[in-house]
Amino acid sequence: MSRAEAPPAPAGRRPRALWTFGLLRSELVTTLRRWRTLALLGVLAAVPVLVGIAVKVETRGGSSSGPDGGGGPAFIAQITNNGLFLVFTALAATLPFFLPMAVGVVAGDAIAGEAGGGTLRYLLVAPAGRTRLLLTKYTTVMAFCLLATLVVAVSALAVGALLFPLGDLTTISGTRIGFADGLGRALLIALVVAASLVGVAALGLFVSTLTNSGIAAMATTVGLLITVQILDQIPQLHALRPYLFPHYWLSFADLMRDPVYWDDLVKNLGLQALYAAVFGSAAWARFTAKDISA
Amino acid sequence: MDAPSATERRGDDGPAPVIATRGLTKRYRGGQLAVDGLDLTVPAGSVFGFLGPNGSGKTTTIRMLMGLIAPTSGTARVLGRPMPRATRAVLPQVGALIEGPALYGFLSGRDNLLRYDAADPTADPRTRRARVAAALDRVGLTAAAGKKARAYSLGMKQRLGLAAALLQPRRLLVLDEPTNGLDPQGMREIRSLVRELASDGTTVFLSSHLLDEIEQVCTHAAVMTRGRLVTQGSVADLAAGARGRLVVLTPDPGDAARVLKEQGVGDVGADGDRVTGEPPERDLAEVTAALVTAGVRVRGLTVERASLEDAFVALTGEGFDVAG
Repeated sequence: MSRAEAPPAPAGRRPRALWTFGLLRSELVTTLRRWRTLALLGVLAAVPVLVGIAVKVETRGGSSSGPDGGGGPAFIAQITNNGLFLVFTALAATLPFFLPMAVGVVAGDAIAGEAGGGTLRYLLVAPAGRTRLLLTKYTTVMAFCLLATLVVAVSALAVGALLFPLGDLTTISGTRIGFADGLGRALLIALVVAASLVGVAALGLFVSTLTNSGIAAMATTVGLLITVQILDQIPQLHALRPYLFPHYWLSFADLMRDPVYWDDLVKNLGLQALYAAVFGSAAWARFTAKDISA
Repeated sequence: MDAPSATERRGDDGPAPVIATRGLTKRYRGGQLAVDGLDLTVPAGSVFGFLGPNGSGKTTTIRMLMGLIAPTSGTARVLGRPMPRATRAVLPQVGALIEGPALYGFLSGRDNLLRYDAADPTADPRTRRARVAAALDRVGLTAAAGKKARAYSLGMKQRLGLAAALLQPRRLLVLDEPTNGLDPQGMREIRSLVRELASDGTTVFLSSHLLDEIEQVCTHAAVMTRGRLVTQGSVADLAAGARGRLVVLTPDPGDAARVLKEQGVGDVGADGDRVTGEPPERDLAEVTAALVTAGVRVRGLTVERASLEDAFVALTGEGFDVAG
């Protein structure tokens, strides 16, 4: 009763710190229940299977492909000796395109898909809060980066263990490390690969705040990804290339050196943080000032 | 409880309005003026009908009230707090259905509500399932709660949208065209739901382009055309503004028309055995006596009450389906 006597300021229920994470939980579950997400993860899980079977078929009959056995992704020649190398090969094969494309689809759809479906207005009047919703979306996209990378890594590890022997392994520098150490490095590489996707995620989220069409945002993000990948291959743009987000992506292989060569790894993580800060701020500035008319 | 004290406080001046806008204006980037200097006052405890043809600026106004779009100029206060600045404090106490329901087709009806409830940081997760079940029950969707929302009919989607607005006890419900897509039985249910909520003390802001819908449930109404507010007030006052018609049924229309004119009835017209005119100031009993004294045979004499539609036409000079 006393509340009603108070001045017009409404004394309603108060938000609780813990309750605000309900949206994040809902977002994670909802993302994982979309067929699209599951299909993307399925494709990513299939890549190591294909690579593993291809290598197995190729080397059947005992003739292991030599150390200079042509091109292919990094580490592919080592797989027959040690299944653990399939993890590195699969990550090297998916990082240039499959992984960032999957992240671009999920990030591009994050806000634009909700706007297109009209559900954005109901989330905002709930009220989710624009900053909170954007942070939730970005956290979810980053969780998806990690999940997608782990799906590739775990699938590769399973296929590698099934088709090839496991054991001690030789680093790029030629030293031998134990299997447990190798497994640890594989996990570390998976984390670095996931972190490499943070820049695309931020870019996709920003694009997502610009339009009310999820499809348009996804296509734009993936289109930008391809464009930047091509630009990164043009030698004449060498002044620009170190600032392109995929430029240091394959530096994760340096974790397989002994001792680890950190320079490019640190540059990669720094660049991803820069992209996250720039496009994250742009997305925030855009989304918090936007008229929601869809 | 807020509700009873809110009614008690309704004194001479009444409590602070639930919605108050001053000069609220929205000009879209194309230069189109969607809402033009709106001064809207929605009293607490009212069922407020917000009328206007499609395209008159109703939805833009509602979006500004809910903090979804920023006004070009002017202010809007909801539950006494400025919007869109106070969305976090205000919106948990507001249930809204804006421009039709929007659902996640791949989630069940129940999961849709769970998600919308999780978006509200003031909603207690411990009571979430129970509140969702109660809201589903209230709109009659319990049986279909487990079905995927994409399999819902338009009417069921509309009900689910309403259920989302009823997840919490609200001080204000904003319902934009709530009976769209519903069959007559569904419309009746929504109307009785609105009355029930209003009797609990919830203020209901109901936008519609259907006049009889407003007339049946609303205590107050405002009329918009082309982005401007034409009038607002209690429904009784609005209808009274447009005066009713005196109707005399008689086999002697000529004589009746002459007598009525003598009695001071203006704008007399005859159509078959029906003679109509503006009701006079004097007692109708005297008019009746005069007719009978003059030998006019009278089958019936009534004053047809003016409808809100008459009021609307009188105010805007146009039909209702004209888009602004």
